[in-house]
Parts: sequence; C-alpha cells; structure tokens
Amino acid sequence: MSAPLVRVAGFRKTYGRVVAVDEISFDVREGEIFGLIGPNGAGKTTTLECIEGFRRPDRGSITVLGLDPVRDVYKLQHRIGVQLQQAQLQKRIKVWEAVHLWASLYRKPASQGDALLQQLGLAEKRNAWFMTLSGGQKQRLFIVLALVNDPELVFLDELTTGLDPQARRAIWELVRGIRARGKTVLLTTHLMEEAEKLCDRVAIIEHGRIIDIDSPEQLVARHCPERTVVITTAEPMAEERFRAIPGIELVTRHDDRFTLRGSGSGFVTEVIRCLSEARITVVDFRTVHPTLEDVFLKLTGHSIRD
Amino acid sequence: MLRGLLQLTWLEIKIFLREPLGAIGALVFPILGYIVLGRVMGRRIAVPQSEATELVRIGVPILSSILIALTSLISLVTIVSIYREGGILKRLRATPLRPWTILTAHVIVKLLFTALTVLLMIAAGKRYYPADLRMPVVSFTLALLVCTFSILSIGFVIASLVPTARFAQPITAAIFYPMIALCGMFVPIEMLPPGLQAVSRVLPLTYAVSLLRGILLGDPWRAHLSDLAALGLVFAVCTAISARVFRWE
Repeated sequence: MSAPLVRVAGFRKTYGRVVAVDEISFDVREGEIFGLIGPNGAGKTTTLECIEGFRRPDRGSITVLGLDPVRDVYKLQHRIGVQLQQAQLQKRIKVWEAVHLWASLYRKPASQGDALLQQLGLAEKRNAWFMTLSGGQKQRLFIVLALVNDPELVFLDELTTGLDPQARRAIWELVRGIRARGKTVLLTTHLMEEAEKLCDRVAIIEHGRIIDIDSPEQLVARHCPERTVVITTAEPMAEERFRAIPGIELVTRHDDRFTLRGSGSGFVTEVIRCLSEARITVVDFRTVHPTLEDVFLKLTGHSIRD
Repeated sequence: MLRGLLQLTWLEIKIFLREPLGAIGALVFPILGYIVLGRVMGRRIAVPQSEATELVRIGVPILSSILIALTSLISLVTIVSIYREGGILKRLRATPLRPWTILTAHVIVKLLFTALTVLLMIAAGKRYYPADLRMPVVSFTLALLVCTFSILSIGFVIASLVPTARFAQPITAAIFYPMIALCGMFVPIEMLPPGLQAVSRVLPLTYAVSLLRGILLGDPWRAHLSDLAALGLVFAVCTAISARVFRWE
C-alpha cells in the first residue's frame, strides 16, 4: 500500500489550560473519504486546522503529503483544497470574481473555475453577489474554491451544517464526485448519518481523544453486534415460537407487532428459518440495523446530540 | 505576489463601490460638508476680511482633509472587523495570498479614495472660492496621503482591540474625534493648558495637521521633517504592534 497522505502521530493541542486534542494518531489513505466525527467541541476542527497548517501542534507530529504543514505551508497550499467551517466571503463579491481570483492565485486558468461552476450547478449564479446565495449554493461555491487548484487532498469542515436535508444530499453527491476524481477527502462532521453515508473510514473523537477508527460497517459490527427484526403477524402462536429462536435476547410485543433482538451474524437467518418452519404468515418483516449513532451512544454513554 | 495584491485591490474597489453608502459616504459627503462649511463660514465671518479668508482658505480644507482621513480610518477598521467576524480574513488567508497582502489591499483602496476625495474637494474649492486660490494640489494630496497612511496603521491596532464589528465605528470615533479638539486645528497648541499641550504633542493628528497646514501655506517639505518623522514613527510603532497583536479570527 502507498504511504498515507496524512499521518498524525501523538498530536496534542492545548488552549491555555484547556486540552483541545490529546495524543491522537491516525492515517488518511489515498483515495478515501476519511471522517473525523464527534460532537461539537470534541477537537475536530482544531485537528483539521493543524493539519491544514493554520495552527501549530503543541506536541506530536503531523505530515501531509510528505510535508510539514506549518513549515511548508505555502508549498502545501498548492496541493490541498480547503473548505473552512462557517467561512464567508465578501458580501458583494460576485461568484465569478471569487472563482477567478482563486484560480489566478493558484496560477490556474479561469476556465477551470468556470468549468467547476458548471459542474456544481452554479453557472446561472455566476453574476450573483455572495450575500444573495442560499446556504447550499454558498457551500457549493466553497467546494468550487476548494477544488479550483486541482488539489490532491481536500479538507471539508462541517460542510453541511445548517443545510436542509435536500441540499445536504446534493452536497453528499458532490463529495462522492470528488472521490471519483481520484482525490482524497478528510472531512469533519457531527452528523452520524453523514459519516455513515459518505465516509470510507471514520475516527470517532470525543473530549479530544480518538475512541475508535474503522469503516462505519466494521464499527457497527464491532460495537453493536445485536440485530433487531420487526415482524407484524396475527399468528396466535408466534410469540411462543419467537422466544425459542437460537440467540434471541428480547421479544417485545405491541399489538401484532413484535420486535425481536438477538446477537450473532446468523440471527436474522434464524428468524427467517423459524418463520418458515412454523409457517407463520407475516404482514410485514424488516430488519433494523444499528447505526454509527448507536455506536457512539454505546462508546460514550450519551447521544451525540446531547 | 504583486499580481495577487493588484487583483485583490481591484476586487475590493469594486466591492466597496457596491456598498450602499460606499462611494457616497467616501466621496460625496465630505465634499458636501466642505462646500457647506466653506459657504457658511465664508459668509458669516465678514470682518476682518483677511482672517475670514484665512479660515476658509486654511481651516476648512484642513478640517475636511482630516475628516477624509478619519473616514478612511473608520471604514478600514469596520471592514477589517467585518471580514474577521465573517471568517473572510481566515478564508483569504487559506490561499497563497500572504497575510500582509490581504491587509495592504485595503490600505491601498483607502488611499485611492482619500486621494480621489481630496482632488474632488480641491476642484470644488476652485469652483466655489475662486478668489486667488493658489493651492499646491500635488503636494497637498501627497501630504494627506502620508497622514492617512500613518493614521491607517493605527487602524490595525484598533481593529485588534475591537471585539465585534458592531463596535468598530463607535470605538474608532471615540478614540479619534476628541483628538481633533487638541490637535491645534481650532486652538493653537501654545494656548492650551500645559497638561493638554503635553497630550497634544503625543497625538498623531497634531503632526498631521501641522504638515497639512504647512504644505497648504506653501512651506517646503524640508521644513516639516519633524512632522514626517513623527508620522513615520507612528506608522513603524503601530505596524510593529499589529504584527504581534492582530487577530485573524
């Protein structure tokens, strides 16, 4: 495997007496979407800004594309794309003016910026002032600005915060498009759904420490192995049969709806086998997968929204 | 990075002109004020004639010029605070633009508008006070630019102190407008009580007024080396302070 594009080792950052990030280590591999996930104030942005070279780590080492982000900040700038949390542009700057300025600062042709505007659906907003754009359009413009220098590595900090679900989905599609261009993405989010839908691997951060790193599927399998099946049936004998399923842990009933919880990868198969053997007629059958949200709850003892 | 500086400056000029009160506030108001002030004073103070013309010829242009410089200053502090609060400074800093370029662009914009305003003011003066107005146009404009440049450097120190953009204008005004009373424009410094004289001698505006008045009266530049040195010192000290305390976010 090729060397990781980002390598963070034993990184620590304090603000006065507050420890923002405490001894964290992780790698970002080429071509993946890597997510730092955790509640607000967990240390995600601090970590990202140290990797981008805006802040200096107190301890530990950070290597980005083989460079030191603080010492080689100007060299690095040409090879990375950055979207900052809650950034704005001048209220009355026009979309094309911003894109052309950025293109020229990175010594790229303006046509490259125009092509990106087209691809991200901002072509008809070319002459609009920044202040007149919707939240989703602003974020799309920031993605254009982050991509205008054709970077190898793109940083996205809380990209969809404050957007409505529809705009959020559209942005997710664009981020997948960034990966499809062969670029590597490092993003932060406090939205577990976003991490689950978008990231190849995630690091769960809380109170400045990494709790676990893996793909969302692996994290779920590791920390929340229990499976839940919800079955609606009018069969009188059903409950008794369900309680006899191997691996069953809990059966709860609400009128005709049964919720079965059990563990083990074969649990769902066992449920289906039971239904088939007992010839139980079902009106509805669905499995409920634990999500990253459940993993987070399990690992930290509280919901990420608290 | 000169190209980046020029592009950003040009962009900031366009953006400034799009502000509802941008061009009007910077260009039209000071000149209107100058014309009104000149007319009122020119008419009221009839005797003795020589003193009246003295006031109209010297006092009004200098007051207007200082106000132009302070308008630039307030505008600069406001823009920098707004840019900081909105994360615009931070976003620009995350580009290959060098930090000083971002701030220099704003200083250039302010100096350009200062020069434009004072030239318009002189033109208006020619129109309204035709009586033997011999004005060293180029020197006076240059002198005002030197003063503004020095005063703007104080702006970055103030911008570091201003907590939010909302306070930018009142704080800057509160610091500078009292200085007008003590800078020798209305009352000669020698006539002030000794305590206030001492205060006056450390105010940058005092040297700005002294330079402007001298140049307007036709003094050679070398007669005002001490004023220039004082303004240069203000610039050097303030730039050194802002380099340490300026906040980008």
